[in-house]
Amino acid sequence: MESTKKVFHVMYDDDGTVLTAAKQLVAKGIHITDVYSPFPIHGIDPVIGVTRTRLAITSFMYAMTGTSLALLGMWYFMIQDWPMNIGGKPSFSLIENLPAFVPVMFEFTVLCGAHGMAITYLLRNGTLPGMPASNPDPRTTDDKFVLEILTDENEMDAAGIEAAVNETELLEISIKDYAA
Amino acid sequence: MDTMNFRFEGRAKTLTYVLMGIGLLALVSGFLTDDSHGHQRFWANMLVNGFFYFSLALGALFFYALQYATESGWSAVLKRLFEAMYGFLPFGAGAILLVLLAGQFHLHHLYHWMDQTLYFEYMLADGSYSHEMAEGAIDNPNFDKIIANKGAYLNGTFFWLRTVVYIGTFLLFARLFRKWSLAEDEVGGTELHYKMYRRSAVFLVFFAVFSSTLAWDWIMSIDTHWFSTLFGWYTFSGMWVSMLIFATVCLLWLRSKGYFKEVNESHMHDMAKWVFGISMLWSYLWFSQFLLIWYSNIPEEVTYYIARMFTQYKVPFIGMFFLNFAVPFYVLLARDAKRNPKFLIPVCFLIFLGHYTDVYLLVVPGTLHDHAQFGFFEWGTFLGFLGLFIHVTLRRLASAPLIPVNHPFLEESKALHY
Repeated sequence: MESTKKVFHVMYDDDGTVLTAAKQLVAKGIHITDVYSPFPIHGIDPVIGVTRTRLAITSFMYAMTGTSLALLGMWYFMIQDWPMNIGGKPSFSLIENLPAFVPVMFEFTVLCGAHGMAITYLLRNGTLPGMPASNPDPRTTDDKFVLEILTDENEMDAAGIEAAVNETELLEISIKDYAA
Repeated sequence: MDTMNFRFEGRAKTLTYVLMGIGLLALVSGFLTDDSHGHQRFWANMLVNGFFYFSLALGALFFYALQYATESGWSAVLKRLFEAMYGFLPFGAGAILLVLLAGQFHLHHLYHWMDQTLYFEYMLADGSYSHEMAEGAIDNPNFDKIIANKGAYLNGTFFWLRTVVYIGTFLLFARLFRKWSLAEDEVGGTELHYKMYRRSAVFLVFFAVFSSTLAWDWIMSIDTHWFSTLFGWYTFSGMWVSMLIFATVCLLWLRSKGYFKEVNESHMHDMAKWVFGISMLWSYLWFSQFLLIWYSNIPEEVTYYIARMFTQYKVPFIGMFFLNFAVPFYVLLARDAKRNPKFLIPVCFLIFLGHYTDVYLLVVPGTLHDHAQFGFFEWGTFLGFLGLFIHVTLRRLASAPLIPVNHPFLEESKALHY
């Protein structure tokens, strides 16, 4: 028996065309699962209903973790474990020596914020080095753009989606069965 | 073609007159009630306000030239606001020149190095001063070796030459930019635009040097024995961010009155990013100057901070640093806060006062020492200058189309979106 679950991969050769096509399809009530593109397409996120990224919030949390860790480290190394005479001011007090620790805290904040954000991004996208590629067509890493539409996520049946997709300026279309 | 002009009238105009009235009252009553020697309190306050509001105008001229020199498109719809703001340059320069002239004629003693007796090692029998030992001469008790060694730079002739060149250059470029900008409205084309592009680059070269040296001459020379290499950049970042704060609040107000419809959310987001970014630049330079002096702990360098951190100025000095750094950092870090006037306006008001306090603490601890007071005279003058600045800015804003008619980047600027 033929499966009714189908996945559409519709290929375009221009970012402007893919944006227009996405708008046309969304206007007909079709839900687009994802867009594969070699570069970010300005303005596509609200069209296909991608919510705003929370990556900036994670970055802030990583950065604050970095600040705290650096402060804790400086306190332990320079005040607690082996008290240091800093700049001829042997006060051995964290608050009085704080200016000397600010550059370290700043650098560690940036380090943790940037690396934490980059690693989170790669993990979330499944694009860490060595991870298997998940894009439907290797040409989307070069100069082609692919819209992915699943019948599972749409009210419209496969024939209706195919008809709607064929009205856009597409380059190629691939329709496959898949097991849910 | 939509060429709606700003109309300066009604409550806003009345308010600027009220503020200027308060300022005038404060100046007169302040001068009459000021019992400090040589009206030191009066002149110090004039320098604080003169420099603070001059730097708003100068920051606008710099930012304006920066937009041209970098061929920036986004800011084309905003350029008339910056033009209006640098219209205050002659007034600010006038206030500073008044203070410097009074100092030159020894009406006050803000600039210790202006005392000519400091430079001579010997005092002759007849009471005159000499560099050479002579019969009957004694050691000059006023002789100050450190200041005498700075005589090649800090002397009346060279000082006045520099001051006149700075102000002359700024006023000349401000006048030319405004003239060409208005001419562009009439003739169009790109010829004037490219002319302004080239002249802006020339201006920035002068500004790069003068912004540092004017801070040394007018502000840093108050603490004559002390010097800091990055003092000029620190005061420059302060003038830049104060100017951006004023421009941002002014834009929000004008938009709420229905003007500047071409200025969209993205422009305001950009302005907020500038306020945020230059606040961080200011904090970075403030802290860089402090850290090196604190760490090396050399007596001739720490005097500046001793006078500010271990005296009555401790709370405002440390408080204004945290205000100007932490408030914009934590509040304006989020994208939504930058786009929301409910966050932007309170932050702008707070750090505007914070940067005024910064300028106040550049001048006052070195001139009034432990005799400083902060009363009606100080805040009245601050408000008076604010009223004058707003009045001059808005009057000039009303005198030309709000949106430049023939700027080559106009369409690009109107379409700014991200």
